[in-house]
Amino acid sequence: MNFRREKKEEEESLANPYASLEKTSVLQEARAFNESIINPRKCTLILSKILYLLNQGQTFGTTEATETFFAMTRLFQCKDSVLRRMVYLGIKELSQVSDDVIIVTSSLTKDMTGKDDMYRGGAIRALCTITDNSMLTTLERYLKQAIVDKLPMVSCAALVRAYHLSLGNSELVKRWVSEVQEAVLSENVMVQYHALGVLFQIRKADRLAVTKLVSKLTKSHLKSPFAVTLLIRIAAKLVDEEENPVDSPFFDFLEVCLRHKSEMVIFEAAHAIINLKKVTPREINPAVGVLQLFCSSPKASLRFAAVRTLSKIAIAHPTSVTNCNVDLENLITDTNRSIATFAITTLLKTGAESSIDRLMKQISTFVSEIPDEFKIVVVHAIKSLCLKFPRKHTTLMQFLSSLLRDEGGLDYKAAIADTIITIIEENPEAKELGLSYLCEFIEDCEHTSLAVRILHLVGKEGPKAKQPSKYIRYIYNRVILEQAPVRAAAVSALAQFGAQCPNLLPNILVLLMRSQMDSDDEVRDRATLYYQLLSSSDRSLSTQYILNSLQASVVALEKALGNYLQTPCELPFDIKSIPIGTGATDDVKTGNIHKPKVTEPKKVIQPEGSITEELTKIPQLNRISLGGLFKTCEKLQLTESETEYVVTCNKHIFQKHCVLQVSKTLIQLFFINAFCFLVTISIKS
Amino acid sequence: MECSLLEPTLYTLKGLIIMDNDGNRILAKYFDSNIFPTSKEQKTFEKSLFTRTHRANSEIIMLDGLTCLYKSNVDLFFYVIGSSNDNELLLLTVLHCLYDSTSQILRKNVEKRNLMENLDVIMLAMDEICDEGIILEADPAQVCQRVALRSDDIPIGEQTVAQVIQSAKEQLRWSILK
Repeated sequence: MNFRREKKEEEESLANPYASLEKTSVLQEARAFNESIINPRKCTLILSKILYLLNQGQTFGTTEATETFFAMTRLFQCKDSVLRRMVYLGIKELSQVSDDVIIVTSSLTKDMTGKDDMYRGGAIRALCTITDNSMLTTLERYLKQAIVDKLPMVSCAALVRAYHLSLGNSELVKRWVSEVQEAVLSENVMVQYHALGVLFQIRKADRLAVTKLVSKLTKSHLKSPFAVTLLIRIAAKLVDEEENPVDSPFFDFLEVCLRHKSEMVIFEAAHAIINLKKVTPREINPAVGVLQLFCSSPKASLRFAAVRTLSKIAIAHPTSVTNCNVDLENLITDTNRSIATFAITTLLKTGAESSIDRLMKQISTFVSEIPDEFKIVVVHAIKSLCLKFPRKHTTLMQFLSSLLRDEGGLDYKAAIADTIITIIEENPEAKELGLSYLCEFIEDCEHTSLAVRILHLVGKEGPKAKQPSKYIRYIYNRVILEQAPVRAAAVSALAQFGAQCPNLLPNILVLLMRSQMDSDDEVRDRATLYYQLLSSSDRSLSTQYILNSLQASVVALEKALGNYLQTPCELPFDIKSIPIGTGATDDVKTGNIHKPKVTEPKKVIQPEGSITEELTKIPQLNRISLGGLFKTCEKLQLTESETEYVVTCNKHIFQKHCVLQVSKTLIQLFFINAFCFLVTISIKS
Repeated sequence: MECSLLEPTLYTLKGLIIMDNDGNRILAKYFDSNIFPTSKEQKTFEKSLFTRTHRANSEIIMLDGLTCLYKSNVDLFFYVIGSSNDNELLLLTVLHCLYDSTSQILRKNVEKRNLMENLDVIMLAMDEICDEGIILEADPAQVCQRVALRSDDIPIGEQTVAQVIQSAKEQLRWSILK
C-alpha cells in the first residue's frame, strides 16, 4: 500500500512541477537568471514557480524580493517573447514588496517605444505599476501616443492605466482628453469601452459636459456592447435626476436599448429602467416584458439575472410582476436552487389571495430541498403574506406547522415560530389554531430557548382561550419530560392558568405540588411560590405576583442589583426602590412585530435611575426625604410642538410626594423671570 | 438588496479563480482588497465557494453577497466573481473568455495535468483578461494571440512559413551550442 502511494506521489511530482514547492529552493534556482546564456524555457519555468508561490499566498521578505527582482532584470537580455511577458508579470507582482524597483524603468521604456509590438502593451502596464505619480509626467508623452496607437492591445493598456490614474491624479489625465476622445471613435470594442470609461471619469464633475457627451454618443451608434452598457449607466444617472423620467431626452435611449442585439445590453437597460427612482408601472412594463422572456432562456445566468431583478421590482411594484407569474411558477422547479428561491419569494410577494393555496402546495415540495438560509428567506416572505391576507391564516399556518415538523436549525425554527406568533398577535381568529400548532411543536422541540418562549406565550394567551384546559396537558408534559429551563417556564405558565381560571385552580394546585419535588432548584422555588400564592385565598396576592409579574423596569433593576452587590450593605435588597418601568422587554417585543404598521411616534422615557440622581442634586429636594421613586410618568407637552421653545412636564411620583419637573428643550434659550403656576383641583369624595 | 442604479465604472470584476477538483487553488487573482484583504479571507471564501459548487451543476450562485459564475471540466473549476449588484451577463462574457482561452491554449485538453504544464501561459492569459478589476479583453482569440504562444507550441500546420524557418533556426542554434 505504502509503496503504491509513494509511486503515485512520485508520478504526480514529475507531472506537476508545482506540487510541494519550497520558497528557498525556488529562490536558489533563480540563480540561473544570472547565467551568461539564458535558457528561456528553464527561466520561464522558474519564474512561473515564483509567481505560483506568490499566488498561493507565500510571502517574500523585502531582501528576498529585491534580490529576485534584480535577478529578473537580467532576463531582459533574452529576446524570448513568453519570457519577456513573464518578466512583466514578475515585475508587477514583486514591485509591491521589493525596493528600488525603478531600475527597470529604462528597460521598460525601451520596450514600450520599441519596434516589437508584442511587448508594448505589457511594458506600458508594468511601467505604470512601478512608476509613482511624480515620475509620470516624464512618461506622459509616450502614454498619450499609446492611447491613439493603431494596435488595440497598446491602446487598451494605456487607457486602462489612465483609468487607474484618473481616480487618484485626475489633473494629469485631464490633459489627455483629446486623445481619449479620439479613442472613443475606435473600431475596436474594448478600446471604445475603456476610452468611454476614462472620458467619463475626466468629465464626471461637470454635469453639462456629461450631458453633451451622452447626447452625442446616444445618437452615434456605439459598436461595442461593453461601451453601450457603460453609456446606459451614465444616461440612467442623468435620467434619475429629472422629476419625471420620461421627460429626460435619454429615456428613449434606454428604451431603445431594450431591443439591442446583445443580451448584456438588454439586461443592463432593463435593470437601469426599473431602478430609476420615480418610475411608474407604465415605464416598467416594457422592461418587465423583456425580463419575462429571459425567464425562459436556456442559459442559467439569464434566468438568474431576470428572476433576481423581478424579485426587486416586486417589492415596489407587485402589480407589474403578476404577468410573469406563470413563468415564475415554472422556475420553481429549476435545477439551480438560487433561481428557484428567488422565484418563490417573488411569487409570495405578488401572489393574489386566490392563488395562495396552489402556491403553498408547490412550495411544500420545494422547501425540503433548499438549504436553511434560503428557507428563512421563504419564511419571511410568508410572514408578509400572512399580514397581507389575514383570511388565509388557516392555510398558511397549516403550511408553517408542517415546516416546523421537518428538520431544521434553530434560526429556521425560530423564524417559523416568530411568524406564527405574529399571526396570533395580529389576528385574533387565528389564536386557537396557532396556539395548538405551537403546542404540538414543543412536544418535540430540541431548542430550549424556543420552547421557553412558546411556553411563556401559551401562559399569557392560553387562559383567555375558549378551552384553557386542553393546553394544560401540553404544559404539564413539559414539566415532566424536558430540561430544567423548560420545566421552570412550564411551571410559570401553569401558574398563569391557575391565576386566571378559577375553575382549573384545584387541578393546577395538584400539579404544582408535584413539581415541588423537582430536582432543579429554580423549578422547586417557583412551584413552591406559586403553590403558596394560589392556595392562599387572597386574590390580590396572586394578581400582584403572577399576573402583573415584574413591576420594576428591567434596566433599572439590573443596575441596582449591580450596585447592591458591589457595595456591602446590611439591609436586604429592596425591590420597591426600583422605579416602575414600562417594561423594556415588552417594548422590544412589540417593536419587532409591529414593523409593518406605521411606527407610532416614539414615547421618550427617561431612564429611571438618572432621575433619582438628578433630583438628589437639587438641595431643596434633599431636605424632604422623598424616599424611593415609585414611578415616572411620560413627559407631558405644555406647549405645542411647533413653537420656538418646547416646554415639557415630567411627573415623578414618590411615596408621599409628587415632584413636577418642568423643562424646556431648547438649550440656547434661557428663561428669565419665568413663573410656573400650578392649579390643584380637589375632588370631593 | 438595494434598489439602486449601478455606478458607471470600469471596475466590474472582484476575482478570477481556477481550482482543482479537491478545492485547492491553482491560480487566483483578487481585485478588491476591501472584501478580501488577506490570504486568509481568500482561502475561506474559496473553501465555501467550492463546497457550494462542486456538486451542483448550475452556472451561477450568490455567495456572501457576491455573484459567482462558474464552469467546470473534468478536474478543473473556473470561477468569475463580481459584486452582487453587477450585470451578470457581463461576468458571463468574462467566464467564457477565461474558459475558452484556456481551452485554446491547452489545445482543447482542459485538465489539471495539462494546465500545470502550461501554467506560465495560463498566467499570462489571466493577466490579459483583467487588469486590477477592469476587463481588459473579452475575446478569447485576441487573448491567445496576445499571449504570444511560442512558435513550436502551435502545431506545424497552423504556423506560417516564416515561423517554421524561425523555429528551425533557433533549434539549430541550440544544438550547436550544446
